[in-house]
Amino acid sequence: MKTRLKTGQKVQGAEIICECLLRAGVTAIFGYPGGANIPIYDALYKYPELRHVLVRHEQGAAHAAEGYAWVTGRPGVCFATSGPGATNLVTGLADAMLDSIPIVAITGQVPSSLLGTDAFQEADMLGVTLPVTKHNYLVTKTEDIASVFSEAFFLAVSGRPGPVLIDITKDAQVNYAQFQYKENNEHLKNRLKLTATKEELAEIADLLNNAERPLIVAGHGVLLSGDGKTLLSVAEKQDIPVTLTQLGLSTIPQNHPLYMGMPGMHGNVAANRAPLETDVLLAVGMRFHDRVTSKTSLYAPQAKIIHIDIDPSEIGKNIMPALGVVGDAKLVLKQLLPFLQQKKNPLWLKKFEVWKKEEKDKVFTKELESPKLKSAQVINEIARQTDFEATIVADVGQNQMYAARYYQYRKYNSHFTSGGLGTMGFALPAGMGAKLGDPAREVWITIGDGGIQMTLQELATIVQEKTEVKIALLNNNYLGMVRQWQELFYKGNYSEVQLKNPDFQKLCEGFGIKSLKAKNLRQAREAIGIARKTRGPFLIEFVVQAEENVFPMIPAGAGIGEMVVSKEELK
Amino acid sequence: MSGELSNIIIWAENKPGVFFRILWLFRRKQFNIESATVGHSETPGISRFTITVYGHHEQITNMVKQVRKLVNVVKAESLQSEMLVLRELALMKVAVKNVREKSNILRVIEHFRGRCINMAKNSLIIEVTGDENKIDAFYENMKDFVMLEFVRTGRTALFK
Ligand SMILES: Cc1ncc(C[n+]2csc(CCOP(=O)(O)OP(=O)(O)O)c2C)c(N)n1
Ligand SMILES: [Mg+2]
Repeated sequence: MKTRLKTGQKVQGAEIICECLLRAGVTAIFGYPGGANIPIYDALYKYPELRHVLVRHEQGAAHAAEGYAWVTGRPGVCFATSGPGATNLVTGLADAMLDSIPIVAITGQVPSSLLGTDAFQEADMLGVTLPVTKHNYLVTKTEDIASVFSEAFFLAVSGRPGPVLIDITKDAQVNYAQFQYKENNEHLKNRLKLTATKEELAEIADLLNNAERPLIVAGHGVLLSGDGKTLLSVAEKQDIPVTLTQLGLSTIPQNHPLYMGMPGMHGNVAANRAPLETDVLLAVGMRFHDRVTSKTSLYAPQAKIIHIDIDPSEIGKNIMPALGVVGDAKLVLKQLLPFLQQKKNPLWLKKFEVWKKEEKDKVFTKELESPKLKSAQVINEIARQTDFEATIVADVGQNQMYAARYYQYRKYNSHFTSGGLGTMGFALPAGMGAKLGDPAREVWITIGDGGIQMTLQELATIVQEKTEVKIALLNNNYLGMVRQWQELFYKGNYSEVQLKNPDFQKLCEGFGIKSLKAKNLRQAREAIGIARKTRGPFLIEFVVQAEENVFPMIPAGAGIGEMVVSKEELK
Repeated sequence: MSGELSNIIIWAENKPGVFFRILWLFRRKQFNIESATVGHSETPGISRFTITVYGHHEQITNMVKQVRKLVNVVKAESLQSEMLVLRELALMKVAVKNVREKSNILRVIEHFRGRCINMAKNSLIIEVTGDENKIDAFYENMKDFVMLEFVRTGRTALFK
């Protein structure tokens, strides 16, 4: 652990803040200064180990911190000043809350003597962020800073991770106190249940050992537990087909024979059909989100459900399992392995081949062989050229579904997106944060023409920080996902979804980012090759078919059995 | 929300904002709070809350799990009324016209084992404790008089 201060040394609160960050292993901070946090920026001067990235909007700081956290597994850190700076973080905090991403947001607050007076740039951040944080703090005394930081960093990653906000009044930053750093989180640690009991393991094993058509649905929790191999060992031991939720993508390599796709509204055929037939469904590190289950009463009707999750409140929240086990995905699966008998499931697995073929015939082939450039082709081409090993940070909308469906992830933890909140504009700053957190990765940001204009200003940050991200802009000149709904469910009334976009090439030129435009597959191939060879950030604008639709799709309010595989079936 | 009236008992750190966090969570999960009492517990620094809400068993169980996630909450339980001793405190101020009325009021107070805790020239303040039914009945009986103010605390409870 790097340190600069000695215990007992008398320093300003701002310096204690920096020291705490250093001791927490922080290497990058995404932030924006202002009147209420200027002392922290002054102290930062003494801490060259803490690389500060000056974003262009605080929302970008929060998403960048998420990207950083995703690749490093450590809390991402962002700074903002009081009032508007702090409120600008809210979307990012809400995003991190729903997707269980550990971030620690540090906001300046007006001096404690002015709290509650509606002072200049005062916003009640404790109140504002209560619903979108795992926990939050208001620090008004310098001597409280160190213990709050220790607890906040612990909470952000422990159990089910999430965002923590520390609001610090300006006087607490400026006043002096003796530096005292104690990691004292035993009481919080003791509350966590991380492993399964013998009885629980025996019960899980009993259900699985006697299953005829078992199915695994694994989610983000498995990635967060830091291990996809154990999950795969469990699957392999009993030949259990594995499906991965959107946030669980890349937990196991997609070219593995037991990988059966992603369930959900725009998921794969096999992954949505299998829950209808399975007799034992092993759900790990997932929360039966409505986008995954569709109508819960019609989900997995024959199945005994085993639900393993680290968050006790998720067990029985959306679906009541036959057996709920609270624990860390990796640890529980490791414990479970010796209890499982070796099994084969040739007949059951054959069904998946049929379902996979159906999707290939009705969807994949059409998409990938279209004469007009399609988003699926672009993602497929990026996948091919990067050997399925790049990190994809996907935005929201149709482009997100194509990124999820067509990349065929093989590298562990290589897919990142805004799943729970569905925040357009997320990918640009999050991709930047991911690249800064792990520069060895090849990071591709996939994003739509709508989304990129929500956080466009971060292109300047990317240039200033020389962040080597590649940006695949899938331009359909539409808010495509909304347009698709209007086409299919609102009589084709395209209400406010058409975008008259700026000239993205000129924009890139203005920002100082190299770019190319690709209008067909040949140009797309070339452009991807050039982008990969070019040092520094690069943007490719792919002009994709304007009115393409993502299929399969499960209509809102329907059960998974009502999946529509192709547009023809909808008529 | 439908379902039966349920008791949720919560022990939490006595720190600024903790009550707010708890109440907010009930709202977030779409419960209407019927009553809430809070005060110090036997452990210094720990407050004890008794909150009653309507809900089905499953909803209440899930709510308790949500409450337990709050960092400042030390413990939370939902308990059937049979497992608890439940009490409410009610205070009532009534107008008193004459001596006859006063003695009538005192008779009611006596019946409900209440106490007169303040006696002014034209009014009385009465204290009554008991379960909800008893307080309800007391209130009904007092309707014959001129009630000036009435307040009840809502349930507070200990384990049997
Ligand atoms: C901040 C925000 N506002 C609105 C939405 C609703 N929404 C979901 S997808 C979508 C369209 C996205 O358009 P674009 O970024 O061009 O992507 P496409 O669907 O065309 O690939 C919209 C408006 C959202 N998810 N996030
Ligand atoms: Mg678009």
